[in-house]
Amino acid sequence: MTAAPAQPAPGRLVDGIPVAARLHIVTGKGGTGKTTVAAALALALAEGGRRVLLVEVEGRQALAQLFDVPALPYAEQHLAAAAGGGEVVGLAIDPEEALLEYLDMFYNMKRAAHLMRRMGAIDFVTTLAPGLRDVLLTGKLKERVMELRPDKSPLYDAVVLDGPPTGRIRQFLDATQEVANLAKVGPLAKQSKGVIDLLHGPLTAVHLVALLEEMPVQETIDAARELDDAGYRIGTVVVNRARRTLVPAGQEHPHEAELRRGLDAAGVDAALTAPLARQMAEYATRQSLQAGNASRLDSIAAARVELPELNQPIGLGELNELAEQFMTDDQ
Amino acid sequence: MTGKRRTTSTFDVDALIKDPGTRILVTCGSGGVGKTTTAAALALRAAQAGRRTVVLTIDPARRLAQSMGLTELDNTPREVPGGVDGSSGGALFAMMLDMKRTFDEVVSAHSTPDRAEAIFANPFYQALSSSFAGTQEYMAMEKLSQLAEQGTWDLIVVDTPPSRSALDFLDAPQRLGRFLDGRFIRLLAAPAKAGGKAYLKVVAASFTLVTRVVTKVLGNDLLRDVSAFVASLEAMFGGFRERAEHTYQLLKAPGTAFVVVASPEPDALREASYFVERLAGDQMPLAGLVLNRMHRAAIGPPGTDELTARRAEAAADSLAAKPSTPETALAEAALRVHVQIALAAEHDNRMARRFAAAHPEVPMIAVPALATDVHDLDGLRTIGALLSAH
Repeated sequence: MTAAPAQPAPGRLVDGIPVAARLHIVTGKGGTGKTTVAAALALALAEGGRRVLLVEVEGRQALAQLFDVPALPYAEQHLAAAAGGGEVVGLAIDPEEALLEYLDMFYNMKRAAHLMRRMGAIDFVTTLAPGLRDVLLTGKLKERVMELRPDKSPLYDAVVLDGPPTGRIRQFLDATQEVANLAKVGPLAKQSKGVIDLLHGPLTAVHLVALLEEMPVQETIDAARELDDAGYRIGTVVVNRARRTLVPAGQEHPHEAELRRGLDAAGVDAALTAPLARQMAEYATRQSLQAGNASRLDSIAAARVELPELNQPIGLGELNELAEQFMTDDQ
Repeated sequence: MTGKRRTTSTFDVDALIKDPGTRILVTCGSGGVGKTTTAAALALRAAQAGRRTVVLTIDPARRLAQSMGLTELDNTPREVPGGVDGSSGGALFAMMLDMKRTFDEVVSAHSTPDRAEAIFANPFYQALSSSFAGTQEYMAMEKLSQLAEQGTWDLIVVDTPPSRSALDFLDAPQRLGRFLDGRFIRLLAAPAKAGGKAYLKVVAASFTLVTRVVTKVLGNDLLRDVSAFVASLEAMFGGFRERAEHTYQLLKAPGTAFVVVASPEPDALREASYFVERLAGDQMPLAGLVLNRMHRAAIGPPGTDELTARRAEAAADSLAAKPSTPETALAEAALRVHVQIALAAEHDNRMARRFAAAHPEVPMIAVPALATDVHDLDGLRTIGALLSAH
């Protein structure tokens, strides 16, 4: 082991982001901001000179939009530099390309590809049968995690996946298992084992993104239990777009006369007193619901990271700000 | 020369749901935008207006499902307790889609009991009916067809599955139909037979090559299951594509209207745009866009100057610079809240304007963000009222 070349030290990361983990899978209910969170996590992991691959698999080109670069081809491409000489590289995995690559690599059969396409076989594998589609995606993911440099050190210090939503994450992660059940022998069965071992092993952590609203919280709790039961390791629960506490305790129902005098001191039209009081009361309601939802998340035994609500649009500056929430000052 | 700009009209939801000519409403949009809630609120409002309405939901949040009396998944419409009072003449029924059971029903309807049993027991069928992409979409459309054929409903409101992209649900049924009915599955089922047919002689070599790949990749076990499945389904072939085609036509028929649901986020509106364009391309009737969760900042009575985020921030800062009193502390908190809401509202309005500029022909209704989550009938009534306020 002494021969292994020195790797750049990771930045100081919060609990729930194990140093040993090389594959980070980010999931969450639709609309919770998975892509933003995955990007912020990738930037945090890249801190201190590390090289991180940020992967998307849903064909939405969400990474290109977030980092404001042209649509990603099926190739690794620089997305952003991180503090301390680190780099985040992006990859959009396309199932069809992954299939062709797979056929070529394992069977030397790329020439069969156009025939398979004409037969509808490619369509079948990549869009109809999510089992097979997800097998291809997770297979490609494993290949990227395991890729080595000529000096035998990993090509990427970490791989972050902007994953499918919680509603489909189990299906996605278990796809290889399912196919292994259907095809008990043969090359596919053999190929499956490596992927299953990676996803269930110490190199992988699943991070759940939640908003502090009732339904996303419930879905997060359900997903955490399901994933845990299925033997996946939960890394962190990431609370996204947390509203700041702006209404002090005891001010949930502001006294209008008092508020009017205060507003007057700031030169604000007294006619706005009642609407502002109502708005403040509503915000206080949301604030307390948010606090209640946050405490419901306590039932998940995993580290919590809270990302503040930032003003739109989110760009690289905002992503770096969010990335800091994944880092700690503790040594 | 002043170019006359078409301006976006307001989506008159009440006119749509009360029109006896409206028979099917399909809500669509990306995940997390309040699609199911919107579908349920539209159905409830239609029922209150005197129409016999059924809402087909795909995957409702647990408490919303409970509030509509959907405690068990039995694939049959049930009347929603406390939904409407009898005086309106309307009724509200709700059901949750059971994808596997619906698929089983289709199989049973098209084959003998013996053959159906053989199909149900086949591992490949079990995988297909419970986990294949497109099955949920296909079965939602199948259920819609069944409800429409019953002829007992004034209005059917369908919520669409939470797909990767909103467009999946239009394409998936046909894709699945094409697959089940297509050459590839026959090839999987009977490689030797396909290769031996006279008309295939020219391409026989290619077939063999493809078969070799398929066998190598999938292994023999899976091929055997598929083969058995296809053999027992032989009688139903053609039926699948025909039904998918039939449903697709139903979506284009007069009486069907699509309601696109979005929130003022770039992703959700991009999906909404794709959907609007696709519906237009397929000549499917788009009724309008529901823009949920719009932030609205406090405004004073008519004649009051708008308090922008910037002005509110300056005012709050000026208070912070003064010696603090309970009054100024209270006003500062109120102003800081206003800054947040006003910034969010500015963003939301900008997003809405951008969509309107790109699609001036699409009527739009904005629904303000509520302070609390919706999980009961009163909440749905509130949303219904907001949908109709203009």
